[in-house]
Amino acid sequence: MNNVLARKSWSPYVVGAAIGVLSWFTFASANKPLGITTAFENTAALAEKAMIPNFEQTNDYYAAKAKDGKTPKIDWEWMLVVGVFVGAFLSASLSGDRHREKVPTLWRWRFGDSIAVRFVAAFVGGTLMMFGARMAGGCTSGHGISGALQLAVASWLFILVAFGVGIVTAFTMYGREGRTHV
Amino acid sequence: MFDSPDKLALGFVSGIFFGFLLQKGRVAKFDVILGQFLLKDWRVFKIMLTAIAVGSVGVYGLVQGDLASLSVKPLVYGGIMVGAVLFGVGMAIFGLCPGTSVAACGEGNRHAMVGVLGMFMGAALFVAAYPQVEPLIQGLGDAGKLTIPEWLQISPWLTLAGLLLVITVVLMSVEYLERRPPNETTGPRRATAPPFAPLNDIIR
Repeated sequence: MNNVLARKSWSPYVVGAAIGVLSWFTFASANKPLGITTAFENTAALAEKAMIPNFEQTNDYYAAKAKDGKTPKIDWEWMLVVGVFVGAFLSASLSGDRHREKVPTLWRWRFGDSIAVRFVAAFVGGTLMMFGARMAGGCTSGHGISGALQLAVASWLFILVAFGVGIVTAFTMYGREGRTHV
Repeated sequence: MFDSPDKLALGFVSGIFFGFLLQKGRVAKFDVILGQFLLKDWRVFKIMLTAIAVGSVGVYGLVQGDLASLSVKPLVYGGIMVGAVLFGVGMAIFGLCPGTSVAACGEGNRHAMVGVLGMFMGAALFVAAYPQVEPLIQGLGDAGKLTIPEWLQISPWLTLAGLLLVITVVLMSVEYLERRPPNETTGPRRATAPPFAPLNDIIR
């Protein structure tokens, strides 16, 4: 058993099936789908309310969320995100897969080995991605897995468009030759 | 401000399993995400489609048995379409998605940590710009919390049967294509290419 946990890679079919079973568990135990980005939005909303004077008077965000019964708080989803960090840390520690990657190989081949350039790109990419996820109401987890498995039309539309755009963007950035560097 | 302690504990435990699985699946890695977008490494599709196939049957079973309720997101065309485009561009640049980037931070990945800070920035901008963004999300219409069986007006179980069939065909096709030798994508399979054997993958 320890041997299996110490492996760096599991079959994608085993991992996928286990995530499927995990979603049974989250629905059965908490009546919740797996999702990541709501917790980021809630954290940002709580921070902005704390830091910006009269936030609730100038921005109807809290009023709109209260109407939907979704007032931001430290909740199940928030702890899920903390758990993802801890779970990945445990898995990587057991298999000796911990690392401090700053500039990935493919990125270095195309854009050079500047750490600053890569960090700026990661920051901007993360910003765009999260803004898009909150506009759409979910991400690869909330729409791509949880929404899709509930057969939601919105989620299938989201993941098809998002991955289509991701593929086009990746080929624009790296071209066909990039495939030899991943 | 806080959910009940048992809910928080359930979320934490579920998250540990989720993060563990993402890391073991190797999807918390820039190379694997970009490998998928460059249509070379199909690991992301395999994991997502298998999770959808297995998850859907159980979750619809729980709903049928009144043990859970669906949590479907509304089909707001503006929010979904504009959001998906921003998401796709951002994910290709960053090289990780929200869940896998948090898992990558657990691995120790430094540029993932920077990207997660960017994600907080994105969330903060969204909340700050909410009064301006909300009309764009809703502006192109809202078809409500629509599911595929409701849309097609067929039984959810029939829809699931169709979905499982499609997923099986797609995954078998991916396995077949991956086993073809490189640079001969239109030619016949080379004799040395390993035969289709999904069980090997499961054992491996």
